Amino acid sequence: MKKTFYLFNPGRMSRQDNTLKYTAYDEDGADGQTRFLPIEDVADLYVFGSLDANSALYNFLGKHGVSVHFFDYYEHYTGSFMAKEYLLAGKLQVAQTGHYTSPKKRLVLARKLVEGAAFNLLKNLRYYQSRGRQVGEEIAQIELYVAVLPHATSVAEIMGYEGNIRQTYYRCYEQLVSVPGFGFGTRSTQPPQNELNALLSFGNMLCYAACLSQIYHTQLNPTISFLHEPGTRRFSLALDLAEIFKPLLVDRTIFRLLNKKEIQPRDFVRELDGCLLKETGRKTFVRVFEERLKETIQHRRLNRAVSYQHLIKLECYKLTKHLLSIEEFQPFKAWW
Amino acid sequence: MRITGKHVNYYHICHRKLWLFHSGISFQQTHDHVADGTLLHETAYPQRAQRYREIQIEGIKIDFYDPHDRVVHEIKRSNKMEQASIAQLQYYLLVLERHGVDGPTGLLEYPKIRRTETVVLTDADRFAIGQWEIGIEALVAQPVCLPVINKPFCKNCSYYDFCYSGE
Repeated sequence: MKKTFYLFNPGRMSRQDNTLKYTAYDEDGADGQTRFLPIEDVADLYVFGSLDANSALYNFLGKHGVSVHFFDYYEHYTGSFMAKEYLLAGKLQVAQTGHYTSPKKRLVLARKLVEGAAFNLLKNLRYYQSRGRQVGEEIAQIELYVAVLPHATSVAEIMGYEGNIRQTYYRCYEQLVSVPGFGFGTRSTQPPQNELNALLSFGNMLCYAACLSQIYHTQLNPTISFLHEPGTRRFSLALDLAEIFKPLLVDRTIFRLLNKKEIQPRDFVRELDGCLLKETGRKTFVRVFEERLKETIQHRRLNRAVSYQHLIKLECYKLTKHLLSIEEFQPFKAWW
Repeated sequence: MRITGKHVNYYHICHRKLWLFHSGISFQQTHDHVADGTLLHETAYPQRAQRYREIQIEGIKIDFYDPHDRVVHEIKRSNKMEQASIAQLQYYLLVLERHGVDGPTGLLEYPKIRRTETVVLTDADRFAIGQWEIGIEALVAQPVCLPVINKPFCKNCSYYDFCYSGE
């Protein structure tokens, strides 16, 4: 099975014969330990540290369909090296564009995406409600927003409801973390102002990149999106899909990390202008996030165990079927 | 339109798969069986003599062709979908004939079960292939995809997750 590799340390990645060779730099910048990664095992690379590489490496990675995602010092996603599109389907491309340009068709998809996202985050709230957290008011409020979704007449309006839903949801955030010392306040980004916001930003970005990786292995065009405006970011379809999976992949990971005290205040660095995860915290987060992606559930339609990562791909398939008018898109809704 | 060996093969397995494949929706690259099949092609007959050639005419691509004996070799992982494999090979033979090759024959090879099967063309086959070609053209020209066939062998198909995922 191919794996995602996360590079935190500075180092040099190069091609040696048909294998990847990674030489980490030590504190003085001299060559340290060397590792070999068989190219067949690599699904994609996430680069957080500084990476030295040459075009021969990228040619090699491109040939094997390995994408490289880059993140800056502040852990923001800055861009990707995407291997040449290897799955092209003109018919689908035309259909996808058609669904974007037709306001009516686009509205249908935008609404479904928000419905899925809202359902999954309500699932989180209800779970914690059953464990005695006082979130009933917020649940009722979100349900109201969901109820008006079918009456929305524009994508902008739907985006508005989506914003309201998220805001209400974030109001519960502090409550869901039973460890004192983590205030949330309001959602802040670039840079996040406190620990919870820092975790959210980091998690959302991982989720976004995970969706992008899965889209790449389908015939969908990652730049044409339905809920978000294409061009919000380079690959905005990944943002659309991430909406559905953020409550399950990111929020659940954050609650677990904090409630089990796997990440603590000392894993953050507070600077004048914001709050960031330290490397120790990032590594823990990535590890747990990866575990989450690999975790399987019994899929009731496919009747087999399916990982969260594969669920993202199934979402792409369903979108494809919708675009080709084969079957109406039903967003993934956690059923357990 | 160029009809490839795959078109003929899928035509005999699942019309939906044929439609999707023709529309550019394929799942071959990520399916385990495909990697397995590629490896099989590379390793099955290392002793295969120099005179074998890979040829490409019209839409079809034949991996191992023996111009001396005019035999088309086709390697398959299993004989589960034998009818479809035979159809594909017969189609190759007819294309060769149309290009002036006199009396080509085919050999289906199943290295894993150590079996081979000879395939020839009769007049009835030639007529049938003409019918397939008409059928394939008509199917892929349909504006919407065909329904799921829901057969037990769907489970082993690289399109399974695509066809059966919903909600």
